[in-house]
Amino acid sequence: MLGIIIGVASVIAMIAIGEGSKQSIHDQLSSMGSNMITVLPSSNLQGGVRIAGASYQTLTEKDITAMTREARFITEVSPAVSSKSQAINGALNWPTTMQGVSPEYLDIRKLTLKDGIAFTEHDVRASAKVCLIGQTVIDNLFQNGENPIGKIIRFHKIPFQVIGILNPKGQNAFGQDQDDILIAPYTTVQKRILASIYFQNIYASAANEQVTDSATAELTRILRESHRLRPAEDNDFMVRTQAELINTLSSTSGLLTVLLTVVAGISLVIGGIGIMNIMYVSVTERTREIGLRMSIGARGKDILYQFLIEAILISITGGVIGVAVGFLSTWLVTAILKWPTVVSEPSVILSFFVCALTGIFFGYYPAQKASQLDPIEALRYE
Amino acid sequence: MSKKIIEIKDLKREFLMGSETVHALRGITFDIEAGEFVTIMGASGSGKTTLLNILGCLDKPTSGSYLLDGVDINKQSRDELAQLRNRKIGFVFQSYNLLPRTSALENVELPLLYNNTVNSKDRHERAIHALEAVKLADRFDHTPNQLSGGQQQRVAIARALINEPVMILADEATGNLDSRTSYEIMALMQDLNQQGKTIVFVTHEPDIATFSSRTITLRDGKILTDKTNEQQISAKETLAALPVTNE
Repeated sequence: MLGIIIGVASVIAMIAIGEGSKQSIHDQLSSMGSNMITVLPSSNLQGGVRIAGASYQTLTEKDITAMTREARFITEVSPAVSSKSQAINGALNWPTTMQGVSPEYLDIRKLTLKDGIAFTEHDVRASAKVCLIGQTVIDNLFQNGENPIGKIIRFHKIPFQVIGILNPKGQNAFGQDQDDILIAPYTTVQKRILASIYFQNIYASAANEQVTDSATAELTRILRESHRLRPAEDNDFMVRTQAELINTLSSTSGLLTVLLTVVAGISLVIGGIGIMNIMYVSVTERTREIGLRMSIGARGKDILYQFLIEAILISITGGVIGVAVGFLSTWLVTAILKWPTVVSEPSVILSFFVCALTGIFFGYYPAQKASQLDPIEALRYE
Repeated sequence: MSKKIIEIKDLKREFLMGSETVHALRGITFDIEAGEFVTIMGASGSGKTTLLNILGCLDKPTSGSYLLDGVDINKQSRDELAQLRNRKIGFVFQSYNLLPRTSALENVELPLLYNNTVNSKDRHERAIHALEAVKLADRFDHTPNQLSGGQQQRVAIARALINEPVMILADEATGNLDSRTSYEIMALMQDLNQQGKTIVFVTHEPDIATFSSRTITLRDGKILTDKTNEQQISAKETLAALPVTNE
């Protein structure tokens, strides 16, 4: 009984803890933007010479409209233009990059605000001179803990009002400081700084990691239509996904699943052996009873069923208590250790039934043994 | 009194103990007719327990034939023997063998649980009748540890009666009881015998044998004597003759 309780409880707790860890690892990896898709203008042949992609101008507002209208696997789209220049606040200045994007960009790149507000669709339409500021820029332009919100800084000789502060993201995988940035509406950067109608990038986020491939294919189709490319022509753009991140994500969760399965399996075997022990003791303690039952007409079959049913009852009772204990310990782990846990319904149902089955499986041997007893010896057993 | 309940012919039973063969029964022949009250006596090692096991269909003879109520035991399978025990024999043991933590009524019902021709309502009624027959009508809900030794043995007798067996087989049924309670049990047995029950009572106490109508004495696996008791003593009278102790 105790064995099966511990078995079921540990399966539920382990799976809950494991699922929680899996979830939080998944969330962390996702926060790096694993479902992000990047569209870049591609190199193309012009009179036999390949032109570098960045200088090639193919992505326009028309593509964004087509993507938002047609794409089914894409949840959010943001164009991106950037400009490098000197940012100035009073006597201090700092060379940085201004990224011109739409409000969706923050979601796509999993950026959050520490303070202030984000700019809106309205700001985009008005080409408003507002910006969000990264921590590195703050450190260099504002001293003595001055609050940047509401302050006016100048970038490329144009005054921008700081309306929000980005939470620090640190370096990316290539050692680039992701906090050395200003973010403004793309229309502002296009019209007031670059004087261009083209985008340097388009960022999009797929609904989730699994549909990234479908989303890529879809984007390619939409962009080819939008650019009116004939079937024979090469793409004048490139679609890139975070393949490495996705692989890491799926291999990590695969590893965790294996780990959890092993732990659950071991717990169930322990629970089963517990049942077997109990039934063994029960058979030994009740040898005389078995002898009596046989002498008054119980067949081997009757004894077998009796002990099997007892094993099943014990394991089911143990299973019910185990589920309760499992929930309780899961709750305790979350409450005391602040460890994320997710109790998944399938794990509860599965461990309950598997434990009941192990009970039957391990209960069968002692029951079989009881049914084979010789009634004469069983009756005289002390 | 002509119907034969037990017919035993040249019954032998041998056990292999390592490399030696032990001859527990060396050829026994006797019949028991319906309505008899037979005691089987003998010192330990005389083969009395082996004979009892065979009579109770718990064991099969090595050779020789045993017909119980016309059924040849040698030809029965393990499960058929279990059914035979269930329908034709009522066991009463020295150590009662009642299920602990189970009421007297449920203990008595037990044999009928293995008889699927009886439904639960009949089972309940028959258990009540059986307990009334052993004068325990006021102890239905008592568990064995709430009953005295004599009461426990009477529950066991009720359990033996419930299947309406052709024979009650008692194994030292008074061995754990004081003499007063023993006489009470023997008086009950005599009552049942007078109602027509066949009783086979294994004992090593000579005074118990005097209550029966016939005594078979075994020695070294053979029948030493098989004699009818001319003067069957009434257990009730013996009980009445006992000096009254402080109660």
